[in-house]
Amino acid sequence: MLQEHARIVDFIATAEGVTGRKKLQKMVYIMKKLNVPFREKYEFHIYGPYSEELTARIEELCDMGFISEALEDKGSYVQYKYAVTDEGMEFRQAVAASIPKNPEAAALLNAKSARFLELASTLLYFDHLKRDEQIAKLHSVKGKLNFTETEIEEAYRFLGELAQLKLA
Amino acid sequence: MSYATQKLAEEKVFKDPVHRYIHVRDQVIWDLVNSKEFQRLRRIKQLGTSYLVFHGAEHSRFSHSLGVYEIVRRISDDVFHGRPEWDESERLTVLCAALLHDLGHGPFSHSFEKVFNVDHEEFTRAILTGDTEVNGILKKVSSDFPGHVAEVIAKIYSNKQVISLISSQIDADRMDYLQRDAYYTGVSYGHFDMERILRVMRPLDDQVVIKSSGMHAVEDYIMSRYQMYWQVYFHPVARSAEVILRKILQRAKELSESGYEFQQPPTHFLAFFDRSFTLDDYLALDEGVLMTYFQLWINERDPILADLCERFVNRRLFQYVDFDPGTDYKKLGELSALFKKAGIDPEYYLIDDSTSDLPYDFYRPGEEEERLPIQLLMPNGDIKELSRLSQVVDAISGKRRTDYKLYFPAELLIDGKKKAIKQQILEMLREGGI
Repeated sequence: MLQEHARIVDFIATAEGVTGRKKLQKMVYIMKKLNVPFREKYEFHIYGPYSEELTARIEELCDMGFISEALEDKGSYVQYKYAVTDEGMEFRQAVAASIPKNPEAAALLNAKSARFLELASTLLYFDHLKRDEQIAKLHSVKGKLNFTETEIEEAYRFLGELAQLKLA
Repeated sequence: MSYATQKLAEEKVFKDPVHRYIHVRDQVIWDLVNSKEFQRLRRIKQLGTSYLVFHGAEHSRFSHSLGVYEIVRRISDDVFHGRPEWDESERLTVLCAALLHDLGHGPFSHSFEKVFNVDHEEFTRAILTGDTEVNGILKKVSSDFPGHVAEVIAKIYSNKQVISLISSQIDADRMDYLQRDAYYTGVSYGHFDMERILRVMRPLDDQVVIKSSGMHAVEDYIMSRYQMYWQVYFHPVARSAEVILRKILQRAKELSESGYEFQQPPTHFLAFFDRSFTLDDYLALDEGVLMTYFQLWINERDPILADLCERFVNRRLFQYVDFDPGTDYKKLGELSALFKKAGIDPEYYLIDDSTSDLPYDFYRPGEEEERLPIQLLMPNGDIKELSRLSQVVDAISGKRRTDYKLYFPAELLIDGKKKAIKQQILEMLREGGI
């Protein structure tokens, strides 16, 4: 019961909070693509893979009081910071006890910028294509972001590192 | 004449209750309609289990797909034709994408996808680009044409106007299903002035905008959508049937994995149980196949599978109560324990279900929103986001509504043994305990 909600609470707790809606979207997507059993359905949107279901679930969890959403003013832009509340930790204890934890992966993802995760998740979205086709597709759908060869190489290396973790 | 521009000797028409007639002149479209993968959509209902509530809702994804095609054909051939901002060479691509956008839907898609963790959009792409009749037809246009159609449906195509016509907050898909679902369910919601909206749609830069004179027709469309979601799509009784359907598939999988000997083996499902499925396995399924299994499994020895199937086939659905997971999740644990004590497996007979909808949303500067807003084209050429001008839309913009229900078999809690425990459960469920 409420396992899908619990997975999200557990992930944010494991990551020790996540700053940025886009970042959270991409972190969950990458974990899902690496076979962590998130059930949120993803489609390709403006910033790459995006889940309306995840957005809804986060809003529900905020309404339930299990996750806090704080607006951070960064000067030229604002970002939402998500953290698990005390009530959320209690919920996690009660419902999410059996969910496997991946603290190393969560930390690796959380250390990256939203831009980088947008790049990595977009490459993963096209993982049915060959590498050169993936990169061509990336430039086609993300042309305005001008990802460099170095960034793309780093994204592949990063995804390879995550894949080595044998996520549960 | 190339295959891409080849026309039928005579226009074909399909009589349609929503659009009156659906017109086909292109040989490509006619061939696609007659492909076996498209004909399969006749055997998949548009509204899944809603027919158990609205008995008229037996219409198929076939008729919806034709409807979306017809709306896009009218936009392309009548409204956008000759406008400098519209690329006429996209016509066949957008028509094919409109016709084929739901091609990968499976039987009772929502439940099937949840249980087997599959995505109908991936199957759509596989049908378009794999070894299928549809792919053979599209390839006759050009070798890269199947990929282009797949990209439109996946929202990764280079021309964003083309994507917007199929998938945006005001698109042909939604305009057809709101009207079609309203017609077949018989409800009075869901109707809006589509003719007016089509007349005021304009291609502009990377998007499709609406002339501001059509704002009230768009308001009506958004309110129709809002009402249809809560009155039809999220109907709690149809959700009860969905819950049972999910549990049937889950039970069949669990039994198969435990080595249970079925009287009617789940042959069509085995590849989905162990995730070894191919596209052919998927295309072999339709709602007729699933309903046949459900009928036969009523006589299985496993009491849970037999009971769930009997419930679904004969519409003996679960009862429900509202609950607030934020405060009630602990009581769910207590209830679950009581169900076990009463000899009723809570995994299959005590199920929480939530659904939510956001009727309309817009981009707020500085946030990482992913939804493209509906833009109005003002008489002076300026662009304004819809909710800035419409008080009606502003009132519901960005406001998500969520509904939580807890489903259970009421009659199992009334009769039989362990009455005291069952009484305790009923009190928790019915007297505000949860």
